[in-house]
Amino acid sequence: MNEFFAMGGYAAFVWPCFLLATVVLVWNVVAARRLLEAARSRVVRSSNAVKDGS
Amino acid sequence: MNWTWFHKLASPPHAYRIAGSLAAWFGWPAFLLIIAGLYGGLILAPADYQQGDAFRIVYVHAPSAWLSMFIYGTMATAAVIGLIWRIKLAHAVAAASAPIGASFTFLALATGAIWGKPMWGTWWVWDARLTSELLLLFLYAGVMALRASIDDRDRADRASAVLAIVGVVNLPIIHYSVYWWNTLHQESTLTKIGKPSMAGEMLWPLLVMLLGFTLYYGAVLMVRLRAEILRRERDASWLRAGAGS
Repeated sequence: MNEFFAMGGYAAFVWPCFLLATVVLVWNVVAARRLLEAARSRVVRSSNAVKDGS
Repeated sequence: MNWTWFHKLASPPHAYRIAGSLAAWFGWPAFLLIIAGLYGGLILAPADYQQGDAFRIVYVHAPSAWLSMFIYGTMATAAVIGLIWRIKLAHAVAAASAPIGASFTFLALATGAIWGKPMWGTWWVWDARLTSELLLLFLYAGVMALRASIDDRDRADRASAVLAIVGVVNLPIIHYSVYWWNTLHQESTLTKIGKPSMAGEMLWPLLVMLLGFTLYYGAVLMVRLRAEILRRERDASWLRAGAGS
Protein backbone atom coordinates (compact mmCIF):
# COMPACT_ATOMS: atom_id res chain seq x y z
CA MET A 1 0.00 0.00 0.00
CA ASN A 2 2.81 2.40 0.94
CA GLU A 3 4.43 1.50 -2.33
CA PHE A 4 1.29 2.55 -4.14
CA PHE A 5 1.20 5.94 -2.43
CA ALA A 6 4.91 6.45 -3.02
CA MET A 7 4.31 6.31 -6.79
CA GLY A 8 7.88 5.19 -7.42
CA GLY A 9 9.23 8.40 -5.88
CA TYR A 10 6.90 10.64 -7.92
CA ALA A 11 4.20 10.99 -5.25
CA ALA A 12 4.84 14.74 -4.90
CA PHE A 13 3.94 15.18 -8.57
CA VAL A 14 1.33 12.49 -9.24
CA TRP A 15 -1.00 13.10 -6.28
CA PRO A 16 -1.26 16.89 -6.61
CA CYS A 17 -2.36 16.35 -10.22
CA PHE A 18 -5.11 13.92 -9.23
CA LEU A 19 -6.11 16.18 -6.35
CA LEU A 20 -6.38 19.20 -8.67
CA ALA A 21 -8.40 17.16 -11.15
CA THR A 22 -10.79 16.13 -8.36
CA VAL A 23 -11.16 19.76 -7.27
CA VAL A 24 -11.97 20.88 -10.83
CA LEU A 25 -14.43 18.01 -11.39
CA VAL A 26 -16.23 18.66 -8.10
CA TRP A 27 -16.17 22.47 -8.53
CA ASN A 28 -17.85 22.23 -11.94
CA VAL A 29 -20.73 20.15 -10.59
CA VAL A 30 -21.21 22.31 -7.48
CA ALA A 31 -20.98 25.60 -9.42
CA ALA A 32 -23.43 24.42 -12.09
CA ARG A 33 -25.94 23.19 -9.51
CA ARG A 34 -25.71 26.42 -7.52
CA LEU A 35 -26.28 28.42 -10.67
CA LEU A 36 -29.38 26.38 -11.51
CA GLU A 37 -30.74 26.67 -7.97
CA ALA A 38 -30.22 30.44 -7.99
CA ALA A 39 -31.91 30.76 -11.39
CA ARG A 40 -34.83 28.62 -10.20
CA SER A 41 -35.41 30.62 -7.06
CA ARG A 42 -35.32 33.85 -9.09
CA VAL A 43 -38.03 32.45 -11.36
CA VAL A 44 -40.14 31.37 -8.39
CA ARG A 45 -39.71 34.78 -6.73
CA SER A 46 -40.61 36.72 -9.84
CA SER A 47 -43.64 34.53 -10.62
CA ASN A 48 -44.85 35.00 -7.04
CA ALA A 49 -44.38 38.73 -7.44
CA VAL A 50 -46.54 38.64 -10.57
CA LYS A 51 -49.23 36.62 -8.76
CA ASP A 52 -49.19 39.03 -5.81
CA GLY A 53 -49.40 42.00 -8.11
CA SER A 54 -52.34 40.71 -10.15
CA MET B 1 -37.05 18.91 -45.41
CA ASN B 2 -39.31 19.45 -42.46
CA TRP B 3 -37.51 21.40 -39.75
CA THR B 4 -40.41 21.53 -37.27
CA TRP B 5 -38.75 18.97 -35.01
CA PHE B 6 -35.63 21.09 -34.86
CA HIS B 7 -37.41 24.27 -33.85
CA LYS B 8 -39.40 22.30 -31.31
CA LEU B 9 -36.17 20.89 -29.89
CA ALA B 10 -34.53 24.31 -29.79
CA SER B 11 -37.52 25.92 -28.08
CA PRO B 12 -36.64 26.84 -24.51
CA PRO B 13 -39.26 24.73 -22.67
CA HIS B 14 -38.27 21.60 -24.60
CA ALA B 15 -34.58 22.24 -24.29
CA TYR B 16 -34.98 22.87 -20.57
CA ARG B 17 -36.79 19.58 -20.06
CA ILE B 18 -34.51 17.52 -22.30
CA ALA B 19 -31.39 19.00 -20.70
CA GLY B 20 -32.72 17.86 -17.34
CA SER B 21 -32.89 14.21 -18.40
CA LEU B 22 -29.68 14.36 -20.42
CA ALA B 23 -27.74 15.61 -17.39
CA ALA B 24 -28.44 12.31 -15.64
CA TRP B 25 -27.87 10.24 -18.79
CA PHE B 26 -24.44 11.82 -19.24
CA GLY B 27 -23.60 12.19 -15.58
CA TRP B 28 -23.85 8.62 -14.29
CA PRO B 29 -21.92 6.93 -17.13
CA ALA B 30 -19.32 9.70 -16.78
CA PHE B 31 -18.97 9.00 -13.07
CA LEU B 32 -18.60 5.24 -13.59
CA LEU B 33 -16.16 5.66 -16.48
CA ILE B 34 -13.95 8.05 -14.52
CA ILE B 35 -13.87 5.66 -11.54
CA ALA B 36 -12.99 2.77 -13.88
CA GLY B 37 -10.37 4.88 -15.64
CA LEU B 38 -8.78 5.89 -12.33
CA TYR B 39 -8.66 2.27 -11.21
CA GLY B 40 -7.13 1.19 -14.50
CA GLY B 41 -4.70 4.10 -14.65
CA LEU B 42 -3.53 4.20 -11.04
CA ILE B 43 -3.66 0.52 -10.10
CA LEU B 44 -3.79 -1.81 -13.09
CA ALA B 45 -1.49 -0.07 -15.55
CA PRO B 46 2.23 -0.87 -15.11
CA ALA B 47 4.78 1.90 -14.58
CA ASP B 48 6.28 3.38 -17.73
CA TYR B 49 9.76 2.12 -18.60
CA GLN B 50 11.07 5.67 -19.05
CA GLN B 51 8.89 7.87 -16.85
CA GLY B 52 8.12 5.41 -14.07
CA ASP B 53 4.93 6.19 -12.18
CA ALA B 54 5.03 9.87 -13.18
CA PHE B 55 3.45 8.89 -16.51
CA ARG B 56 0.16 8.27 -14.64
CA ILE B 57 -0.41 12.03 -14.72
CA VAL B 58 -1.43 11.44 -18.34
CA TYR B 59 -4.76 10.03 -17.09
CA VAL B 60 -5.87 13.48 -15.92
CA HIS B 61 -3.66 15.66 -18.11
CA ALA B 62 -4.63 14.30 -21.53
CA PRO B 63 -8.41 14.22 -20.88
CA SER B 64 -8.38 17.79 -19.55
CA ALA B 65 -6.28 18.99 -22.49
CA TRP B 66 -8.68 17.20 -24.86
CA LEU B 67 -11.68 18.82 -23.14
CA SER B 68 -10.07 22.26 -23.24
CA MET B 69 -10.07 22.01 -27.04
CA PHE B 70 -13.28 20.00 -27.52
CA ILE B 71 -15.25 22.47 -25.40
CA TYR B 72 -13.78 25.40 -27.31
CA GLY B 73 -14.78 23.72 -30.57
CA THR B 74 -18.30 23.13 -29.24
CA MET B 75 -18.54 26.73 -28.04
CA ALA B 76 -17.40 28.10 -31.40
CA THR B 77 -19.77 25.79 -33.32
CA ALA B 78 -22.65 26.95 -31.13
CA ALA B 79 -21.54 30.55 -31.73
CA VAL B 80 -21.68 30.01 -35.52
CA ILE B 81 -25.15 28.46 -35.29
CA GLY B 82 -26.30 31.30 -33.06
CA LEU B 83 -24.94 33.98 -35.38
CA ILE B 84 -26.15 32.52 -38.67
CA TRP B 85 -29.51 30.99 -37.74
CA ARG B 86 -30.17 33.30 -34.81
CA ILE B 87 -30.96 30.38 -32.54
CA LYS B 88 -30.83 31.69 -28.99
CA LEU B 89 -30.35 28.23 -27.53
CA ALA B 90 -27.03 28.03 -29.39
CA HIS B 91 -25.83 31.21 -27.70
CA ALA B 92 -26.94 29.73 -24.38
CA VAL B 93 -24.84 26.61 -25.10
CA ALA B 94 -21.83 28.83 -25.87
CA ALA B 95 -22.33 30.87 -22.71
CA ALA B 96 -22.69 27.73 -20.58
CA SER B 97 -19.60 26.09 -22.11
CA ALA B 98 -17.06 28.86 -21.55
CA PRO B 99 -16.49 28.51 -17.79
CA ILE B 100 -16.31 24.70 -18.03
CA GLY B 101 -13.77 24.95 -20.84
CA ALA B 102 -11.72 27.50 -18.94
CA SER B 103 -11.56 25.24 -15.88
CA PHE B 104 -10.24 22.31 -17.93
CA THR B 105 -7.72 24.51 -19.73
CA PHE B 106 -6.45 25.57 -16.31
CA LEU B 107 -6.31 21.90 -15.26
CA ALA B 108 -4.40 20.92 -18.40
CA LEU B 109 -1.87 23.70 -17.83
CA ALA B 110 -1.48 22.97 -14.12
CA THR B 111 -1.10 19.20 -14.46
CA GLY B 112 1.22 19.77 -17.41
CA ALA B 113 3.44 22.04 -15.33
CA ILE B 114 3.54 19.55 -12.45
CA TRP B 115 4.39 16.76 -14.91
CA GLY B 116 7.02 18.92 -16.59
CA LYS B 117 9.02 19.49 -13.43
CA PRO B 118 10.27 15.89 -12.92
CA MET B 119 10.40 15.02 -16.65
CA TRP B 120 11.82 18.18 -18.22
CA GLY B 121 13.35 19.77 -15.14
CA THR B 122 11.15 22.84 -15.44
CA TRP B 123 7.56 23.84 -14.68
CA TRP B 124 7.21 25.91 -17.80
CA VAL B 125 8.82 26.65 -21.14
CA TRP B 126 7.62 29.25 -23.62
CA ASP B 127 7.32 26.79 -26.47
CA ALA B 128 4.50 26.58 -29.00
CA ARG B 129 2.40 23.91 -27.29
CA LEU B 130 2.38 25.48 -23.84
CA THR B 131 2.04 29.03 -25.10
CA SER B 132 -0.86 28.23 -27.44
CA GLU B 133 -2.64 26.36 -24.62
CA LEU B 134 -2.13 29.40 -22.36
CA LEU B 135 -3.57 31.54 -25.16
CA LEU B 136 -6.62 29.25 -25.12
CA LEU B 137 -7.14 30.08 -21.43
CA PHE B 138 -6.97 33.80 -22.30
CA LEU B 139 -9.46 33.26 -25.13
CA TYR B 140 -11.92 31.65 -22.73
CA ALA B 141 -11.38 34.50 -20.28
CA GLY B 142 -11.86 37.03 -23.08
CA VAL B 143 -15.11 35.43 -24.26
CA MET B 144 -16.47 35.39 -20.70
CA ALA B 145 -15.32 38.93 -19.90
CA LEU B 146 -16.77 40.29 -23.14
CA ARG B 147 -20.11 38.64 -22.44
CA ALA B 148 -20.14 39.97 -18.89
CA SER B 149 -19.24 43.50 -19.95
CA ILE B 150 -22.21 44.03 -22.29
CA ASP B 151 -25.60 44.54 -20.69
CA ASP B 152 -27.72 43.97 -23.77
CA ARG B 153 -28.00 40.18 -24.08
CA ASP B 154 -28.28 40.01 -27.88
CA ARG B 155 -25.24 42.22 -28.34
CA ALA B 156 -23.32 40.25 -25.72
CA ASP B 157 -24.23 37.02 -27.55
CA ARG B 158 -23.07 38.34 -30.90
CA ALA B 159 -19.86 39.96 -29.69
CA SER B 160 -18.70 36.94 -27.69
CA ALA B 161 -19.69 34.65 -30.59
CA VAL B 162 -17.44 36.59 -32.97
CA LEU B 163 -14.52 36.43 -30.54
CA ALA B 164 -15.08 32.68 -29.96
CA ILE B 165 -15.10 32.04 -33.71
CA VAL B 166 -11.94 34.08 -34.35
CA GLY B 167 -10.18 32.14 -31.59
CA VAL B 168 -10.79 28.82 -33.36
CA VAL B 169 -7.60 29.53 -35.33
CA ASN B 170 -5.75 28.59 -32.14
CA LEU B 171 -7.08 25.00 -32.05
CA PRO B 172 -5.05 23.56 -34.97
CA ILE B 173 -2.05 25.51 -33.70
CA ILE B 174 -2.31 23.76 -30.33
CA HIS B 175 -2.76 20.36 -31.93
CA TYR B 176 0.00 20.58 -34.53
CA SER B 177 2.41 22.66 -32.44
CA VAL B 178 4.33 19.54 -31.39
CA TYR B 179 4.93 18.64 -35.03
CA TRP B 180 5.57 22.12 -36.44
CA TRP B 181 8.01 23.41 -33.86
CA ASN B 182 10.72 22.11 -31.59
CA THR B 183 9.27 21.40 -28.19
CA LEU B 184 9.83 19.48 -25.01
CA HIS B 185 6.26 18.27 -25.20
CA GLN B 186 5.85 14.72 -26.39
CA GLU B 187 3.83 14.01 -29.51
CA SER B 188 0.21 12.95 -29.39
CA THR B 189 -0.36 9.46 -28.05
CA LEU B 190 -3.85 8.92 -29.33
CA THR B 191 -3.76 10.06 -32.91
CA LYS B 192 -1.19 7.31 -33.36
CA ILE B 193 -3.65 4.58 -32.39
CA GLY B 194 -3.06 2.93 -35.77
CA LYS B 195 0.54 2.26 -34.76
CA PRO B 196 0.17 1.90 -31.02
CA SER B 197 2.62 3.97 -29.03
CA MET B 198 1.15 2.76 -25.76
CA ALA B 199 0.62 -0.74 -24.40
CA GLY B 200 -2.99 -1.87 -24.25
CA GLU B 201 -3.11 -2.02 -20.48
CA MET B 202 -1.99 1.63 -20.34
CA LEU B 203 -4.15 2.70 -23.27
CA TRP B 204 -7.60 1.50 -22.24
CA PRO B 205 -7.74 3.51 -18.99
CA LEU B 206 -6.79 6.60 -21.03
CA LEU B 207 -9.57 5.99 -23.56
CA VAL B 208 -12.03 5.35 -20.72
CA MET B 209 -10.98 8.59 -19.00
CA LEU B 210 -11.31 10.55 -22.26
CA LEU B 211 -14.84 9.24 -22.77
CA GLY B 212 -15.68 9.79 -19.11
CA PHE B 213 -14.45 13.39 -19.14
CA THR B 214 -16.34 14.09 -22.37
CA LEU B 215 -19.61 12.73 -20.96
CA TYR B 216 -18.91 14.67 -17.75
CA TYR B 217 -18.72 17.87 -19.80
CA GLY B 218 -22.07 16.92 -21.34
CA ALA B 219 -23.62 16.53 -17.89
CA VAL B 220 -22.28 19.80 -16.48
CA LEU B 221 -23.18 21.60 -19.70
CA MET B 222 -26.79 20.42 -19.39
CA VAL B 223 -27.09 21.75 -15.83
CA ARG B 224 -25.51 25.09 -16.78
CA LEU B 225 -27.65 25.25 -19.91
CA ARG B 226 -30.82 24.89 -17.81
CA ALA B 227 -29.67 27.77 -15.59
CA GLU B 228 -28.86 29.82 -18.70
CA ILE B 229 -32.31 29.12 -20.20
CA LEU B 230 -33.99 30.22 -16.96
CA ARG B 231 -31.95 33.42 -16.92
CA ARG B 232 -32.87 34.22 -20.49
CA GLU B 233 -36.51 33.24 -20.25
CA ARG B 234 -37.36 34.61 -16.85
CA ASP B 235 -40.40 36.50 -18.14
CA ALA B 236 -41.75 33.75 -20.42
CA SER B 237 -45.21 32.33 -19.85
CA TRP B 238 -44.07 28.67 -19.77
CA LEU B 239 -41.95 29.53 -16.74
CA ARG B 240 -44.81 31.27 -14.96
CA ALA B 241 -46.86 28.10 -15.27
CA GLY B 242 -44.25 25.64 -14.02
CA ALA B 243 -41.96 28.03 -12.12
CA GLY B 244 -38.86 26.29 -13.51
CA SER B 245 -39.47 22.93 -11.90
